[in-house]
Amino acid sequence: MSTLVRAAGVSKDFKRGAETIHVLESLDLEVRQGEFLALMGPSGSGKSTLLNLVGGLDRPTRGVVEVGGTRIDDLPDRKLAAWRARHVGFVFQFYNLLPVLTAARNVELPLLLTPLDKKARRRQVATALEVVRLTDRAQHYPRQLSGGEQQRAGIARAIASDPSLILADEPTGDLDRKSGDEVLAILHTLASDHGKTIIMVTHDPLAAERADRTLHLEKGRLVEQEVAA
Amino acid sequence: MKYLHLLWANLRRKKTRTILTVLSIFVAFVLFSLLVAVEHAMDMGVSVAGEDRLVVRHKVSLIQLLPESYESQIEQVEGVADATYATWFGGIYQDPRNYFAQFPVDPDEYLAMYPEFLLSEEERAAWRETRTGAVVGRGLAEKYGWKLGDKVPIQATIWVQEDGSRTWTFDVVGIYDGAEQGTDDTQFLFRYDYFDEARGMAKGEIGWYMIRVEDPERAAAVAAAVDARFANSAAETDTSTEKAFVQGFAKQVGNIGKMMAAVLGAVFFTILLVAGNTMAQAVRERTEELGVLKAMGFTSRQVLGLVVGESCLISVLGGGLGLALGWALVTLGGDPTGGALPIFFMPAPQVALGAALVVLLGLLAGALPALQAMRLRVADALRRG
Ligand SMILES: Nc1ncnc2c1ncn2[C@@H]1O[C@H](COP(=O)(O)OP(=O)(O)OP(=O)(O)O)[C@@H](O)[C@H]1O
Ligand SMILES: [Mg+2]
Repeated sequence: MSTLVRAAGVSKDFKRGAETIHVLESLDLEVRQGEFLALMGPSGSGKSTLLNLVGGLDRPTRGVVEVGGTRIDDLPDRKLAAWRARHVGFVFQFYNLLPVLTAARNVELPLLLTPLDKKARRRQVATALEVVRLTDRAQHYPRQLSGGEQQRAGIARAIASDPSLILADEPTGDLDRKSGDEVLAILHTLASDHGKTIIMVTHDPLAAERADRTLHLEKGRLVEQEVAA
Repeated sequence: MKYLHLLWANLRRKKTRTILTVLSIFVAFVLFSLLVAVEHAMDMGVSVAGEDRLVVRHKVSLIQLLPESYESQIEQVEGVADATYATWFGGIYQDPRNYFAQFPVDPDEYLAMYPEFLLSEEERAAWRETRTGAVVGRGLAEKYGWKLGDKVPIQATIWVQEDGSRTWTFDVVGIYDGAEQGTDDTQFLFRYDYFDEARGMAKGEIGWYMIRVEDPERAAAVAAAVDARFANSAAETDTSTEKAFVQGFAKQVGNIGKMMAAVLGAVFFTILLVAGNTMAQAVRERTEELGVLKAMGFTSRQVLGLVVGESCLISVLGGGLGLALGWALVTLGGDPTGGALPIFFMPAPQVALGAALVVLLGLLAGALPALQAMRLRVADALRRG
């Protein structure tokens, strides 16, 4: 399988007042197409920061980020937005659905950025909802859904425009075990059956077990094996 | 347009706040409609006044009368094409609140002086034949339901008849139309010869003269020549353009116009703050959601568009309904003073101005919050959660 995500020599510094925090330091990462990768590490280790860099939400201080052969670290803002619309889907810990829209309308949002007409959009929304098994809740508003259902809607939204890369930041962090397992099963299927590449940040070792591979972020670097706490 | 449902959904989010904001914009635009109609009505008399017409009045005041014999002398002044006269009758029809102007005039000369008053040949002939005949404007006739042949009694407040009677009864022999929308069609005109014969005082005296000048460019010189002609006579004159004459009449009106502009300005500033605050709150509450939209691939410009679009939607809702109701009140309700503002309508440029203000309000109210939303960095917006 080919490499979809490649980060090489990536550093990320944040300025906090006069102080500079080095969150990531010449980090290297390769993720194969169709791989389900779990990312673990202590709080504040820079997991979300790394996800943002790979997803084109932020730029590295140094280094190269390449996704699907495209260098995204030096794309201008507008191109980067268009790139995100086509190639990445985000899943958030707190779902972040728009409360004023139904599940179906939420899933449709990323499709508004495509040239698809209404009918095509509807078809794609239906497919996405089917994948997460939420078809019967399409017309419900987020507040009418359980946490697990909201997260499934969130996943449907992330896959609606059929991106190759899915980035999930603690997708089960706010769910009970059962709902969390459902979400993990869906993510697993997306990787194994639909060929999506998934990077999932998690604090839960059981969740990480569902992934093909687990990486740990320690002091700005990635390590394969667990580091004793 | 595919974003419209999103804008709508956002408006429904805080229903009370949206309704209050829309309502304040609505009220402001109803007010706007009424005020521009009033302002325009007051202004109209001035702007429809002829450029080529002068008015000659007594130097001391408008109430002082001038001799009828001045007409032929005025017509001898170089540059004067024609002259005729009118007098303030000031009578009451049924109720003092029924206000409209009544003038005894020379029919043919008056109509020649005011070609914007359109009267058919037959009605002109009928007027010439009927001593007690009156010609009234279409608007006035419609207001009081007068038809040709009706007898209209007017109670004199100034001009008691020779036999002591206060009631003057006129026969409606003609109804004139205004040549333009702005033409005053609420005048009540009757024959001077009948008036002069029947009145109990000041026979042979009239209120003021109207002059048509041959060359509007030379109006000032003609006015000076007329006044010079009667200098040091028993009744000295003061000649001005009709515009200046009407403006003098409407001196206070001008100030009212300024006051209204100030009131409107204050009102708009206020609703701008109200709407701007609503949008600022909306954006603040939705920082995370806007971040999510950007993460999804919405560009900064699209996010800006969503915020401005929402602001414009609020403004169009409130302003559109406000202008519509205002227009309906003005057009269907008519002159709210019952006669003091004979020309009462919302002219097209003012409607367009209202529409432009609606859009401007939407853009301005949304501008700052939209810029803020546009500058929002996705990673920061999402970290706030
Ligand atoms: N925009 C920023 N400005 C300043 N510091 C930042 C910014 N973003 C992240 N940081 C800092 O970078 C470090 C890593 O943050 P990050 O959110 O990536 O951690 P994380 O591994 O996702 O933690 P958690 O498990 O708690 O989500 C933290 O110390 C954080 O305070
Ligand atoms: Mg994090």
